[in-house]
Amino acid sequence: MQLTLWTYEGPPHVGAMRIATSMEGVHYVLHAPQGDTYADLLFTMIERRKKRPPVTYTTFQARDLGSDTAGLLMKSVRDAYERFKPRTMLVGESCTAELIQDQPGSLAMGMGLPIPVVPLELPSYSKKENWGASETFYYLVRTLLKKQADNRPTAGESAESAKARPLANMLGPSAMGFRTRDNVEEIRRLLHAIGVEVNVVAPDGASPEDIARIPQADFNICLYPEVAKTTCSWLERTFKQPFTSIVPIGVGATRDFLAEVGEIIGEQINAVMVEEDCSRLPWYSRSVDSNYLTGKRVFIFGDATHALAASRIASEEFGFSVVGLGTYSREFARQVRAQAQQLSLDALITDDYLEVEKAIAEAEPELVLGTQMERHIAKRLGLPCAVISAPFHVQDVPAQYSPMMGYEGANVIFDTWVHPLMMGLEEHLLGMFRDDFEFHDDAVPSHLGGSSAGSEPEQPTASPALAVAGEAGSDPVAWAKEAEQELRKIPFFVRGKARRNTEQYAQDFGLDTITLETLYDAKAHFNR
Amino acid sequence: MNKPVQVQSVDSGCSDDLILRERGQREVFCGLTGIVWLHRKLQDAFFLVVGSRTCAHLVQSAAGVMIFAEPRFATAVLQDRDLAGMADCNEELDRIVNELLARRPDISTLFLVGSCPSEVIKLDLANAAQRLSVAHHGRVRILNYSGSGIETTFTQGEDNCLKALVPELPEQSATVKSLLVVGTLADVVEDQFMRLFSEMGIESVHFLPPRRATELPAVGDGTRLLLAQPFLGETARSLLARGATLLEAPYPFGVEGTLGWLQAAATAFEVSAQRFETVTAMPAARAERALVHYRELLGGKRISFLPDSQLEIPLARFLQRECGMHAVEVGTPYLDRRMLVAELDLLGGHERLSEGQDVENQLDRLRNDRPDLTVCGLGLANPLEAEGLATKWSIELVFTPVHGFEQAADLAELFARPFTRRERLRFRSCS
Repeated sequence: MQLTLWTYEGPPHVGAMRIATSMEGVHYVLHAPQGDTYADLLFTMIERRKKRPPVTYTTFQARDLGSDTAGLLMKSVRDAYERFKPRTMLVGESCTAELIQDQPGSLAMGMGLPIPVVPLELPSYSKKENWGASETFYYLVRTLLKKQADNRPTAGESAESAKARPLANMLGPSAMGFRTRDNVEEIRRLLHAIGVEVNVVAPDGASPEDIARIPQADFNICLYPEVAKTTCSWLERTFKQPFTSIVPIGVGATRDFLAEVGEIIGEQINAVMVEEDCSRLPWYSRSVDSNYLTGKRVFIFGDATHALAASRIASEEFGFSVVGLGTYSREFARQVRAQAQQLSLDALITDDYLEVEKAIAEAEPELVLGTQMERHIAKRLGLPCAVISAPFHVQDVPAQYSPMMGYEGANVIFDTWVHPLMMGLEEHLLGMFRDDFEFHDDAVPSHLGGSSAGSEPEQPTASPALAVAGEAGSDPVAWAKEAEQELRKIPFFVRGKARRNTEQYAQDFGLDTITLETLYDAKAHFNR
Repeated sequence: MNKPVQVQSVDSGCSDDLILRERGQREVFCGLTGIVWLHRKLQDAFFLVVGSRTCAHLVQSAAGVMIFAEPRFATAVLQDRDLAGMADCNEELDRIVNELLARRPDISTLFLVGSCPSEVIKLDLANAAQRLSVAHHGRVRILNYSGSGIETTFTQGEDNCLKALVPELPEQSATVKSLLVVGTLADVVEDQFMRLFSEMGIESVHFLPPRRATELPAVGDGTRLLLAQPFLGETARSLLARGATLLEAPYPFGVEGTLGWLQAAATAFEVSAQRFETVTAMPAARAERALVHYRELLGGKRISFLPDSQLEIPLARFLQRECGMHAVEVGTPYLDRRMLVAELDLLGGHERLSEGQDVENQLDRLRNDRPDLTVCGLGLANPLEAEGLATKWSIELVFTPVHGFEQAADLAELFARPFTRRERLRFRSCS
């Protein structure tokens, strides 16, 4: 058993729902008890979808357990087929049904429906949502392309003569994916600019017939690896369709992505690709106002794709210092570990919210980039935060065009990350005149207004976890009173760092007490 | 309306054979959802769901926004090792409970909450609670109940939770006569009722659940039960078994419901008619005045309830009798007749009553009926809005103070808001 307060990912059948909900003409029959229908609200409330997810729940009850739950499943499959007339059906089970072992997939396969039935076996007690989405997409694509795969054609072959421009599929965009709607649009635009046309986008908006057209493309764009990498690998093996490895989030990654596409289609990509022409981020970052961003300490946590992208953007495009990097995507832990190592960090690979909270408190960042969980952690710790990854809440599905990918995505990222921060001159004035009644340690950036940071009316009592982690640990050396007072004059957002450095200095030089002199000696020492 | 309402038995037209009973897909939460409000009410209690990742995801999604950094609920997520027998579930549970209690020294009562998976694998949480109670004796009371979807629907979770508290209630001495109000109420509403009872001269009044799990009210032969929520049948039956007497009354929604509800207590405690009148006249008149505005907005409008919170019948009664609405279909997940005797008598008898759910059939009926307002769960609301049907989320009705005189207009306002909103908005969605 594992103690969980909040979960970053739902169970794997919710991943399967994301695939079904993304598509047209697909229906999912889920062997599940009452209550599991809660998952509908993720789509109808958080994403404000206008249609119910195409999911039929068998809704078995305790009194059915001794009798015929399998019969109930078959009835649900039949009814769902007749009512919704899907062109492909997914059949699977949630955690409770897994225990009663009705094998809904095989049962449905045996019913002789005149449409492809994809049985899903998604182990609920060991796997999670993204894995479930990835497996479902993979099995769906495999099932629908089975005949073509058996004939083993090669990519792009069928449409070769008619086609003037290279064709690409965009795989991975799905319901409840971070900024799916706008990312698809942005990448489509970007590809168009370099002469690549989009063949199929899937699962988002795709029908079973669209899936059948996947092999017509020359290559695949793996836009959300958490969902599509398994499928892309299979398509590469089966149809010799290469796929992209770079996710175009940030200026650098977008540029590399375009270069990778160029390599795949055998063309040099240039001209439109000069990033200064395409994204305002590089100039905004170089403009003098952005000097105050230099070396800001950021903590990054999210799914692997977004955490990796954010750490690259933070260090290369904002000039931040990444002080923490982690992910809840265990499937992609290796990449995140490698990147953390390059930044001289230990990657935090966990789905334990409390562990993340502790790591953030210890790292003392000036900005947190994370999921909705980190937004709450940051709020509690009085830190600015921007959401960069799923899981997200309704306010992270903006009405306005807000991609994360491509050059416009880089613009959105610049705005989103800078917005929660105190502006440069404001930060200076705060440091200069410390005891001003309006500008004090608890003041929030003036453009954000409202209540002071750090106050948390909903949870008046601090949790024991934070009582330990919130303060900078136990003092290894003593602080003289006047040194302690002087330390308090240092602006709060760098105070933690000053304290750490001074204590480190005292330890290194074998001092028992930190005096006023030690404080400034240490400052000079670390200024070198 | 200033006189106490005599609840009469009239021919209500909702005898058993006129109820539409359906069996099929239910678009209703399971009993775990009650944790979302119970953990806020019982400030020194912690709810540990023993279940799957789905359970954890459900509670967090039903809570909507995660406003609490460290909530007073958590899930012990079963994993492969537990199911394969590689780990002893009881040992694992003990480990987690110890870990939890070490983290939260402020907790006085811990509920182990059973789920679908824990029930299917027959994990004996009653036994575990007993074992752990011994281990943590004197510090933490450990209880258990089921919130599983195979056993309970939405608000039944609260029923099971409160029922688990009943054996813990101290014995009340036989000579004492007291009033016990059962069902989670907003603190402000509790205070209002407390004042009214006190003005009537009913001295000994207690609430279940109390604000702190350590302040459990006593129960005995002198206990008179007044249910604040219609979904607490099991709790009521357990209290009856401990000697309490159930006061039959409508539920305190709207002026009529509140008057009838207070009257039941007044009668049981021999409050004079004059005194009752003196105490209730002013707040009842005030509530009447506040309702006038909403009666104009809601009068003549047609409403359907999809089954959700089990508040459907009392609310339909209020909206029909006090706001002039017409109920088309009143669906309830589970109809506990004994708890609704007074309500069913007051209901018009022209509405279609349905119990259980087959959501697709029900939506067919709804599209055919096209009521002006549909009360439904969160999964259905936006899709129905997109079809042009105005909706009211039912979960709001268990999260908002809606009981009593002072909230009667607030309750009506919840139903009026979708209409007011539509009137204000000038443009339709373009896609």
